[in-house]
Amino acid sequence: MTVSSKSPDGAGEKGSPTLSRREALAGVAGALTGAVLSGADTTALAAQLPRQASTTPAASPIAVPSDPTRVPGMASEALGARSPFENPALAPTGVMTGGVFSPLQSLSGTITPADLHFQRHHNGIPLIDPHRYQLTIHGLVDRPTVFSLADLRRFPPVTRTCFIECSGNGRAAFKSPRAEMTPQQIDGMSSNSEWTGVPLRTLLEAVGVRRGATWFLAEGGDAALLSRSAPLETGMDDAIVAYAQNGEPLRPANGYPARLILPGFEGSACIKWLRRIELVDGPIMTRDETSKYTDPLANGTARQFSLVMDAKSIITSPAYPEKLSTPGWWPVSGLAWSGRGMIEAVDVSTDGGATWTRAHLQEPVLPKAYTRFVHMWKWDGAPALLMSRATDETGYVQPTRAELVRARGQGTDYHFNYIRGWRVGSDGQVLFAVDA
Amino acid sequence: MRHTAWLGAAALGVAMAAAACAGRDESVTRAATTPPAESLGLGRPASVQEIAAIDLDVNPAGAGLPAGQGTAMTGTKVYMARCASCHGVKGEGVSPSPPLVGRVPGDNFPFGADTRAVRTVGNYWPYATTLYDYIRRAMPIDAPGSLESDEVYGVVAFILAENGVIRRDEIMNAATLPNVRMPARDRFVVDDRRGGPEVR
Repeated sequence: MTVSSKSPDGAGEKGSPTLSRREALAGVAGALTGAVLSGADTTALAAQLPRQASTTPAASPIAVPSDPTRVPGMASEALGARSPFENPALAPTGVMTGGVFSPLQSLSGTITPADLHFQRHHNGIPLIDPHRYQLTIHGLVDRPTVFSLADLRRFPPVTRTCFIECSGNGRAAFKSPRAEMTPQQIDGMSSNSEWTGVPLRTLLEAVGVRRGATWFLAEGGDAALLSRSAPLETGMDDAIVAYAQNGEPLRPANGYPARLILPGFEGSACIKWLRRIELVDGPIMTRDETSKYTDPLANGTARQFSLVMDAKSIITSPAYPEKLSTPGWWPVSGLAWSGRGMIEAVDVSTDGGATWTRAHLQEPVLPKAYTRFVHMWKWDGAPALLMSRATDETGYVQPTRAELVRARGQGTDYHFNYIRGWRVGSDGQVLFAVDA
Repeated sequence: MRHTAWLGAAALGVAMAAAACAGRDESVTRAATTPPAESLGLGRPASVQEIAAIDLDVNPAGAGLPAGQGTAMTGTKVYMARCASCHGVKGEGVSPSPPLVGRVPGDNFPFGADTRAVRTVGNYWPYATTLYDYIRRAMPIDAPGSLESDEVYGVVAFILAENGVIRRDEIMNAATLPNVRMPARDRFVVDDRRGGPEVR
């Protein structure tokens, strides 16, 4: 995506027969821009939209041999770096709080690289010494216990793949849609990883849950001491205290050294930097389960503990800022997921929802995890409106925006899982369908 | 010689593979049953003192509230010094920090239908105890955990009084705070989404 624009002045660039100078420069610029923005920007706290990774050309070109088969390659590396021509980047909306959006349009398959996983912090990213880390489990238990990270790693581990989605994901596209929005800006507060850790059930069995315990409070060790209550049956089901993501220890921004994973639940309940679990006889009613992360309804009430993320999908290609270069066959590809289990089907429409075609689902289809769908589409060069519609194993069908608003009210503020669309112009330019 | 030895090893390997396939390899035992979690002996007992040091949550019944007290009058000074720069001198909010004060006429709850309605402590928060829990753990944002118990009670009282929920001279402490009835107390309903075809 970042190196798509053809530069007429770069066609005969010396030493680079396959890439224009502008294209080569874009790589460096993207990396530099990302680094600068993530560290120094303080004005974006009020911004409603994440920035996009910039592709503005910079000064130093990337030296590419005219024939890489005729010269020795680069030296071995202690850490594998991305190609300088690939610059996927997160898009933070703030510095110490706010969302950090994942570049959905830059990713293939289903796994989000750990350094591109979305983030949401409530008062910065804590730096925690793994040797001093402690997880305390107490409350309505037989044996209040402190676990070290080494203790957690000695329990029988489990590994599973699941998505995490901020329940506010999609808010900007819902409330203030613009045609020039990328998948990252629309739905980038969602990601999918392979997590390794201890089943919470195992830890709860180790401490002995007492009769009368019906909920648990999970608390993070960050400067917000972010805390959420969840029903105990969730903790005894498929919850994980995870210490690894995609094969390596958690990154600090994703909860190092250990975090809670509640598969299928909204991200804010998957407490990062987990330091305490208290077994209790009812929800604590913390700020982030009362004043935030509740769903006002049109009938004058608000839905509380709406923890499960319903089925959703988004086409990640073609999508803005892509421009289809020519009529012909194009893969319409995207992601679908449901917090209630497996994706049963994804339908794709190229005519704004008048007709639908069942898309191919890439294997394996896993419960509560991203599922990649692909629909091969023969574009005839006429304007088109692309949409995707997911159905999960419970029979829930991703609703239209109108259906969602009818059920909840225009003021709904979380769980924006309605069908979105992309307009393809006769010139091939793809834009977010603000009115669809 | 070397060739012969290799053949011998290969033959042995084939024989072992055949035995394994037939389930006759006595040297391999099936995976033991996972031992019960409590028998692994991991972790150490948490002392009462170390739990107390981190057990900061307060539930709606007031469990977890510490000793101490405050009123809106005592809390005004703390609020002005520690909170007003972000939340405004009257709790009106200074972007991006949210407003804390505001009631809806008739204490209606228009948030689902009216996109302009702004949520505040006075019109949206269902429990006064949440204020204590949250301020103690997370505020002020530049120095979380730095307020003394009396200061937290005072700031809680200030915010409640500015919202017209309590009088300025009402004492907030572990006994009184759980009894404060918030205007939005009965507005919250359990999640009724269950999957299946219905959109909720």
